[in-house]
Amino acid sequence: MTELLRPRSMGQARERVDGAAKVTGRARYAFEQPVERPAYVHPVQATIARGRVRTMHTGDAAALDGVLTVLTPDNAPLLATGHDPELEILQSPEVAFRGQLIGAVIAETPETARQAAGLVRADYERQPHDVTLSPERDDLYRPDVVNPSLPTDTGQGDVDAALRAAEHTVAATYTTAMYHNNPMEPHATVALWDEGGLTLHDSTQGVHAMREAVAPVLGLDKERIRVIARYVGGGFGSKGTAHAHIVLAALAAKRMPGRPVKLALTRQQMFSLAGYRTPTIQRVRLAADAAGRLTAIGNDVVEQTSRIKEFAEQTGVPARTTYAAPNRRTTHRLAALDVPVPSWMRAPGECPGMFGPEVAMDELAEDCGLDPVELRVRNEPETDPDTGLPFSSRDLVGCLHEGARRFGWQRRERAPRSRIEDGWWTGTGVASSTYPVHSAPGTSATVRLGRDGSFEVLIGAVDIGTGAWTILTQIAADALGVPAEDVHLHLGDTDLPQAPVAGGSSGTTNWGTAIVEAARSFREKYGADAGPGDELIATVPANPHSDRFAMRAFGAQFAEVRVHAATGEVRVPRLLGVFAAGRIVNPRTARSQFIGGMTMGLSMALHEDSVFDERFGFVVNHDLAEYHIAACADVESIEAQWLDEHDPYVNPMGTKGIGEIGIVGTAAAIANAAYHATGVRIRDLPVTADKFLD
Amino acid sequence: MIPFDYRRAEDTDGAVATVAGNPRAAFLGGGTNLVDHMKLGVAEPELLVDVTRLPLDRVDRLPGGGLRIGAAVRNSDLAADHDVRERYPVLSQALLAGASGQLRNLATTGGNLLQRTRCVYFQDVTTPCNKREPGQGCSALEGYSRYHAVLGASRHCVAVHPSDMAVALTALDAGVRVQGPDGERTVAVADLHRLPGEHPEWDTVLNHGELITAVELPELPMAARSRYRKVRDRASYAFALVSVAAALDLSGGTIRDVRIALGGVAHKPWRATLAEAALRGAPPAADEFRAAAEAELADAQPLRDNGFKVPMARNTLVSVLSELAGEELR
Amino acid sequence: MEAEITLTVDGARRTLAVDTRVTLLDALRERLGVTSPKKGCGHGQCGACTVLLDGRRATTCLALAVAHDGARITTSAGLAGTDELHPLHQAFLDHDGFQCGYCTPGQICSAAGVLDEAERGWPSAVTANITDITDTAGAPALDAGEIRERMSGNLCRCGAYPNIVAAVAAVAEGRSR
Ligand SMILES: Cc1cc2nc3c(=O)[nH]c(=O)nc-3n(C[C@H](O)[C@H](O)[C@H](O)COP(=O)(O)OP(=O)(O)OC[C@H]3O[C@@H](n4cnc5c(N)ncnc54)[C@H](O)[C@@H]3O)c2cc1C
Ligand code: SF4
Ligand code: FES
Ligand code: FES
Repeated sequence: MTELLRPRSMGQARERVDGAAKVTGRARYAFEQPVERPAYVHPVQATIARGRVRTMHTGDAAALDGVLTVLTPDNAPLLATGHDPELEILQSPEVAFRGQLIGAVIAETPETARQAAGLVRADYERQPHDVTLSPERDDLYRPDVVNPSLPTDTGQGDVDAALRAAEHTVAATYTTAMYHNNPMEPHATVALWDEGGLTLHDSTQGVHAMREAVAPVLGLDKERIRVIARYVGGGFGSKGTAHAHIVLAALAAKRMPGRPVKLALTRQQMFSLAGYRTPTIQRVRLAADAAGRLTAIGNDVVEQTSRIKEFAEQTGVPARTTYAAPNRRTTHRLAALDVPVPSWMRAPGECPGMFGPEVAMDELAEDCGLDPVELRVRNEPETDPDTGLPFSSRDLVGCLHEGARRFGWQRRERAPRSRIEDGWWTGTGVASSTYPVHSAPGTSATVRLGRDGSFEVLIGAVDIGTGAWTILTQIAADALGVPAEDVHLHLGDTDLPQAPVAGGSSGTTNWGTAIVEAARSFREKYGADAGPGDELIATVPANPHSDRFAMRAFGAQFAEVRVHAATGEVRVPRLLGVFAAGRIVNPRTARSQFIGGMTMGLSMALHEDSVFDERFGFVVNHDLAEYHIAACADVESIEAQWLDEHDPYVNPMGTKGIGEIGIVGTAAAIANAAYHATGVRIRDLPVTADKFLD
Repeated sequence: MIPFDYRRAEDTDGAVATVAGNPRAAFLGGGTNLVDHMKLGVAEPELLVDVTRLPLDRVDRLPGGGLRIGAAVRNSDLAADHDVRERYPVLSQALLAGASGQLRNLATTGGNLLQRTRCVYFQDVTTPCNKREPGQGCSALEGYSRYHAVLGASRHCVAVHPSDMAVALTALDAGVRVQGPDGERTVAVADLHRLPGEHPEWDTVLNHGELITAVELPELPMAARSRYRKVRDRASYAFALVSVAAALDLSGGTIRDVRIALGGVAHKPWRATLAEAALRGAPPAADEFRAAAEAELADAQPLRDNGFKVPMARNTLVSVLSELAGEELR
Repeated sequence: MEAEITLTVDGARRTLAVDTRVTLLDALRERLGVTSPKKGCGHGQCGACTVLLDGRRATTCLALAVAHDGARITTSAGLAGTDELHPLHQAFLDHDGFQCGYCTPGQICSAAGVLDEAERGWPSAVTANITDITDTAGAPALDAGEIRERMSGNLCRCGAYPNIVAAVAAVAEGRSR
């Protein structure tokens, strides 16, 4: 057991350290770095989904005044291959998906670069493409592991037999759509290649991770690459791994030695080049005895990946760990298609994987004649059903009860379609929520005493909007035993100590632990007589408790939904999330994280749907007017609460990670509320007006 | 975007002469649609003639009792205009239901009328589209068609016109004042936009170089009780799935007069003449409303993704008329 | 094709030669180094590029710079004038009306426009009775529903909406008092 850090600054609702810079717009994001005489890069994308480029006609583009170079597979600088097919751009004429990079124009102005890119013509040798995701395919395959490195299939007992024997069963197929992360700041890189090496101002969730990814592809020593990201306009996973454009920026910079080049993807380009969440098809089966105790849980998942690179979303994982049941089964099967490369999106696995099972639980509750909260409480496991390990802490039941109390759940009518107010069918729904505590050893941080007695804390972490600037300051203050005003943070630069990505809700765990280690070691080494300039770097070892406990955050999401009786319009007047997610370092920024996740969950429930046109092989609604994300008017009352949770095993701060859990279960709660409102069961997202009309 | 010349028009005659004389010239309003299309490569004018500084930026009362709205009046100013709000609330509501506050501050009356379809294939030059390139084929016909037409389409094009304002103007029997090289004319708003037929590349009946100078609203007392209802996928900042503009005049327990236009269902704002005819003289009852709506939609031909528009348009129309009737009777 | 234009940006007069294709947003960001307004979509679909253009809120990504020669532009960076922070800035800080901050300068300029429009008595799509012409003294009250509708042209992927609404409401309340 670790001794938990005593909270002084932690727990306070401090204003954001980077707040004033952001509200005025003075904070400079990647593309906004002041650079001298930049050149601009505009990508050229494939317009077929499979085949090869026969010839590229670049004459018209190259002839345009102000065009510096046109990059094509014929003339692009060589890259080292065999590392990451997504990043090995312009090395061959093969086209693996529509929208793939096949070239780029470098020009004096963005207008010229874009115009010239439009003048580049490609002749293709087309091959028939295959982009259809279906559970009926006979070539679905079983990946070795699912993201990040979890078993593909798990099983225990006999789910089929349990279903045959059970009093109550649910067996249905649920689907989630294809989703695009769409951070408000488009992916952008400013690159400079000179004698000193390569400098990348990148909009990224991890400076070191980008460097690790691009160094081998570029055949450069890591030390020759510097990645900087002080302010990042959101990522939601799509900036957690390197995508093709960062390599394109580097190649362009290599072509223009000594001159900075600027590349920002357009919103449209982001739909094929910056990752997305695979659509999922979930065959969920539940069985329960007369008292509503689960005897079986199964989720058989079918989803897609790209032909050139595998990403297997761990959609079945939540069914492994949320409820007790003697018979269990989860599987993942993939179709490898001629589609863009899927990747992380906020709560990969948990987010889609809590839709099917949590709607199925609602169906089961009805079948059992039980309140949906009560059904969940009855199936609380003693230990982690997946690993058999005890939970380091778990309070799903507390969240359900506290949520029910705050939400006014007891006033709920039993039967669906019972309440109509001013022409709107009104109902409520609930779903559980969970997200694992991820941690990675090897994070480092430096603590240095400054001349004026204040401390500098250096770590290569990135704040993508999570509040890291602020809460790491608070953690450092408590670890050093000084007021937060005496801590100055340096973030977002590979010149700073090694830190993993802002992803997996693990930032605070990894970075905070490193800072605590460094602070403690600093105090140990220098005691009370530290002098200006004294510094110490510490690196986090693996958490010794990781093998002894299952570590997860839990939550309960409650939704009220209205469906217009005439038009079918769907509104969510109320959302409440109650979470048990360890210690909350800063209630102000934490609340924002929770409600932000819940808002994205609402958006997923009601709006988001990347429409993939199989004839062409791309997402046709590829902009923010057609791919709807929730707007201000869609979000009425959203409340996030948390339970005090003391967990001495997760890390010295006692935190569990809060960036993702807010999106988990929200869509199920909303779909369940829509059912309660109307009696129409929606198993395929999104929950749109047309589904309530006939 | 290709390079182009920009000129600020000094007067309407000059603006018309300049654009009429150059097949690759275009008028520029707020630019919220034209510049969008230029960025996408959908429009490639060589010369833009900016008409926003012309003295067409006023809303004036007409001697006969109507209103004359200058073509350069911004959508936000028009929506806030006191005469419009009091006498033609359906128009204010339609404008306020469109785009966003910061776009309405730029968008002009003329530009709003002539904005082009939001069909995703039309906006993407890498997919075939008859409206953009006649003869290429229509990608929406068997593709993504959630936002497409259920009435009056052809196999050449199934797009809808996206303007909310135009739907209200159609219900109000507005006229569009147009100045061309050969003089001025008035086109009824209902006749301004075309059905696609064999030529979806022509959105409207205007000739190249014809400038919209104003929109005229006739005196229409019944419009003081009018309403716009827009059904969309987001609660705000989204184009219509279906919309209804309606005005109702009741007297002595029957419908004396009624105006209805539907949005989101056709290549043009759809004046619901069949429903209007069915309702004139009928009692203001829900089943009458429903029967009228069904008559209007009887010929609807849904596509793969938009069958829901038929019940949605029907129900929305019934509820708008019921609300208006309820208000009148109160 | 080039044109010379003059813009007054956050109080400073700036003259520059621009390609006619340059949008107002790119003129500010790429030519003048004014990066407070952001580019989220380039097509009028997100609101990140919102500024006050001659006093009214406007997206700048579809506005051509040449068409706005002579314009007066206020970005979030210039909103406070000589003060450090504008009341809207402070309210966004107090209510944590942002996370990544990328949509934020646009939200704040838009909010300034919303307050001004309400003062002028402009209705919105959710104003119950728009035929009721009120003078500025009786301007529509900016309740949460009104603010949500009026702020809907500014998307926030971080999902700061409830806090944004609270921030705008706080300033609106302060003004009406
Ligand atoms: C994100 C987004 C959301 C939107 N949502 C909606 C919505 O929900 N509902 C809705 O109705 N609209 C919506 N719009 C469209 C918007 O209303 C139009 O873009 C706007 O009204 C066009 O006006 P403008 O002055 O900017 O036109 P411009 O873009 O300047 O011009 C449009 C066309 O009109 C021509 N033109 C302009 N003025 C004249 C004139 N006086 N005479 C002849 N021709 C002229 C131009 O040559 C051009 O072909 C949306 C737009 C965007 C970008
Ligand atoms: S519906 Fe019309 S605009 Fe859309 S693809 Fe077909 S022809 Fe083009
Ligand atoms: S960048 Fe202008 S609205 Fe998105
Ligand atoms: S604060 Fe990140 S998009 Fe709004």
